[in-house]
This record gives sequence, structure tokens and C-alpha cells, in this order.
Amino acid sequence: MLCVEKLSKSFGGVAAVSDVSFSVAKGTIHAVIGPNGAGKTTLFNLITGLLAPSSGSIRLRGEEVAGLPPESLARRGVARTFQNLQVSMNLSAIENVMVGAHLRLNSSLLAAMARRPSLVARDRAARAEAADLLAFVGCGAYLDADARAMPYGALKRLEIARALAAAPELLFLDEPAAGLNHTETGEVERLIGEIGRRGVTVVLVEHDMRLVMNVSQHIVVLDYGKKLADGAPEEVRRNPEVIAAYLGAADGGG
Amino acid sequence: MASPSLPRALSSRAPALAFAAALALLPLFLPNAYYFDVAIRIAVNATLAIALNLLIGYAGQISLGHAAFFGLGAYGSAILTGAFGWPPIAALVVSAAAVGALAYLVGRAILRLEGHYLAMATLGLGVVASIALGNEVALTGGPDGMAVPDFSVLGWRLAGETSWYWAFAALLIAAIVLAGNLVDSPAGRALRALHGSQTAARALGVDASGFKTRVFVLSAVVAAFVGSLYGHYEGFVTPGLAAFPKSVQLVTMVVVGGMASIWGSVLGAALLSLAPELLARFEGYETIGYGAILVATMIFLPRGIAPSLAERFGRKAG
Repeated sequence: MLCVEKLSKSFGGVAAVSDVSFSVAKGTIHAVIGPNGAGKTTLFNLITGLLAPSSGSIRLRGEEVAGLPPESLARRGVARTFQNLQVSMNLSAIENVMVGAHLRLNSSLLAAMARRPSLVARDRAARAEAADLLAFVGCGAYLDADARAMPYGALKRLEIARALAAAPELLFLDEPAAGLNHTETGEVERLIGEIGRRGVTVVLVEHDMRLVMNVSQHIVVLDYGKKLADGAPEEVRRNPEVIAAYLGAADGGG
Repeated sequence: MASPSLPRALSSRAPALAFAAALALLPLFLPNAYYFDVAIRIAVNATLAIALNLLIGYAGQISLGHAAFFGLGAYGSAILTGAFGWPPIAALVVSAAAVGALAYLVGRAILRLEGHYLAMATLGLGVVASIALGNEVALTGGPDGMAVPDFSVLGWRLAGETSWYWAFAALLIAAIVLAGNLVDSPAGRALRALHGSQTAARALGVDASGFKTRVFVLSAVVAAFVGSLYGHYEGFVTPGLAAFPKSVQLVTMVVVGGMASIWGSVLGAALLSLAPELLARFEGYETIGYGAILVATMIFLPRGIAPSLAERFGRKAG
């Protein structure tokens, strides 16, 4: 599905990501872990088009996509959530989720002003789907709430619902459990498992080791922008380099 | 749960219907032509403010030269009908299309950049437009302005304050309904989402520069269209129509009434169109007055009058 090769990105001499290669098989759940500043979010931003790589290749179903803008990647079935929330606070919860369906709706200005019946019908269906997705992520109580009035944990899940509204094949979750309490983290863990069972390929960045070990089939470990290890959770957990660089230092959260 | 869209559609239509009824009854309470003229100017400004609010309030982009589009529409019609004898409808369509093309060129070049570069570009465009209109004496009559023939379609002539009142009232109602339709649609949500988080909207496939350019062009075309009609109504156009103070006045209407609020634009336009009538003796100082109102609004009602009132009374602004 996704094949990253020798990907590098430097910011004025600082190599945030250097020579990282890994691949993601269709229908699996992958995790990217590493200490703070290891380059995980930069790696996500490179793959989802928010940043252009300095060098290297990103292939999506065999097609080279490195350097394409985010809207082009969205058209190729990529969706994501953000570490620091990127919710449109001027919209209601359900409207935010409906923006996720943007590419499947008629976005013509003239058709909108004329209220073309086919547009209205599709929009109504999208609203119903968005309501289902909000219920699916556990935000069913917030349908018409203004996003700015919602608590942090609900906004994190709103971002997941919005990404799912795009009907993605490949979903990137950037720290979906950051800032959540124990119960909320458990809900997010269950949610990610369920998304995986629905056939969506998931790649997540996460610090919560228990969540990572529980949901992912494959883990990539980054440290100082380089890949340290790559394998199944048990292999990674036993890798001495990983223990030294990360798990040991992080007090073995799992 | 029950389909949420039916009551939404109804609740979005009801205020427009009530407002249309009010506009239909208003002439009964207007004693003479002067009051009709005031009502017409409010309707013109409200239509312009709604179009500008699509850009400022919904898409989050500022135009400091919107009067240029208004003025170019007025002058386009004045020159094509007056000097070249075109039928007014043809002049109106061609002027609006030309202004749309101009806005497209500016928007394409500028809106690829993130940030408020459009404000600077439109500021420059407005200054150039009003200087050009003031200096091309042979074509525009220069600073003295030029006369505009009457508006007529197929031999039917639109003249007199009462007839024009109906025309501009109908135009305002159309603007309210069409803008409301746009805001509550995939395109409208995409625009608002861009304003809220451009990063997220782009990651969901929203073509940021394309949408901003399209709404900028739409907003400019509406301004030109209204400008053409206003020129015919006044029967005379001057470069002041396109000048910077008029642009500032329009932005003030949007901000004071309430950004991202269609009814706020109507309210803002009404207040700021009436202010000079009420403060006629302070002539020459209106611009300072607009500035003061703008600053006071930003400090005390940062979201504008209509959204602040709506929030106070527990309703969502439309």
C-alpha cells in the first residue's frame, strides 16, 4: 500500500528525518514511535503532503507521491488527524465532519446557490453519514454543538470522524491519545481497532505504549530522525537498542 | 433521530420571507422620494456587504478595494450605454464579466499565498481604479463624473424612486437567499473550513486557493452588477464610487454587522447608511466616524452586532 524509501527532510541543516525506509501493508495497523523530537510528526507531514521531502521516495500503490500537495493526496485516499487539533472552530461538530466528505460532494458555487436538488440530496445523505460517524467515535451528543464549545477529548475524536468521512484507504493518526485520560485512551484504542477491522489501513504516531502494543501489528521506531527498529510489537519490545534509546528511558509504559 | 435538514431549511427560509414581507410593506411608510432614496441606498449597501461578507466573514480573506469593483461596474455600464449606445442589459452583463475576469486575474496571482496579501493587492487595485476613473477625462468625464442613460429592457424603462425601490429590494432578497444557500452547502462549508483551519481543509481535499479565488470573483461580480444598476438609478457616476473611503465603508458594514452573518451585513449596511443622514452636519468627518465605529466594534463587539445579539439571546446566527 505505502512504501517509503530513504526519506529525508532537513530544516536548515538539522536533519529531522534522515534515510527512513519502511512499508505498510494494506489492511494493517502500523505505529511510529520514538522519543520527543525523533521526527515522527515530520515523517507524517512528509507523507501527507504538508511538507515536501528533501530527498527520498514515497509510493502509494506504486505511484510516486513525494512532494504532492495535501489535497492531491486526499484525492488518492489519504486522510489524517493532527497532533495539535486542527478543527474549524467556526463550524459545528457535524459540519466539521461533513467537510471530510468534501471530495464526494458537489462543491460548485453556482449549484449551491441554485440549491440544485441532486446537491441537496447528496448533502442530506452526507449529514446522515456524518451523524453516524460522530456516534461511532462516541461524539453522538455533540451533533449540532459549536466545535469551540466541545471538550478536548471530544475534539480529538471529532478529528477521527472527520477523517473517516473522507472514506480513506490510508488513515494517519497523529497522537490520537495525547492529552486524554485513561478511560478516554481506552475508548480511542477500541476505536482504532474497530477502524482497522473495517479494512482501513492505519498508521499512527503515539506515546502511549500500552495503546501502541495493543493495537498495532507493526511498529517503526525512530530516534534522532533515523529508523532504529522495525518489526512486530514483540520484536521491537525486545530490541536492546530500542530499550536503551526509548523504552528504558520512558520507564517502560507498557 | 429525525432528519435534521427539514427544520433547518424551514428555519433558514422563514426570516427571509418575513424580511421580504417587511420590504413589501415598507413603501406604505415612506412619505416621499427622499426616504425611498435612503431605503434604496441601504438595499444597495446591504447587497454589497453580503457579497463582501462571503469573502471576509466566511472565507477569511479581506478586500480593501471592493468599491473598485462596484465603481467599475457603474462606469462600465455608463460608458457602454452612454458613449457606445449599448442596450443596458448587455452593458451590465459585459461589465460584470469584465470585472469578474479582473478579479480572477488578481485572485489567481495573490490567493495562492497564505495570509492577508489580498488586502494589499485590492488596496492597490482600488487606488489605481479610482485614479484611472478620475484621469481618463475623455472616457469618464474625469473628477466631474458622467451622466448615465436610463435603464430599460425591451422598451420598458425603469425610472423613478418607487420602481427602483422594488428592483433593489428584490435584488437584496435574492442576495440573502442565494448567500444563505451557498453558506449551507458543500462549497460554503469548504470556505468556512478554510477560514477555521486551512491545514485540515486541504488535507481533506479542499482546493484552498481555488475556492478563495472563486468566492472573490463571485463577490466582485455581484459588486459590479449592483454598481451598474446603481449608476443607472443615480443617472450620474463619479470616481468617488470606486474610491478607498467607499471600500472602507463596506468593510465597516461587514465587521460592525457581524462577520459570517448575512443578517449582520443587512444590519451593518442599514446602520452605516443611516449614520451620515443622521450626522449630516458633520460632513467631511464621516471617514473618521467609520474608523471610530470600526475600532469600537473590534474592542466591544469583536464578533459584530448580529452574532453578539444572537448569542445573548441563545440563538445561532444565520
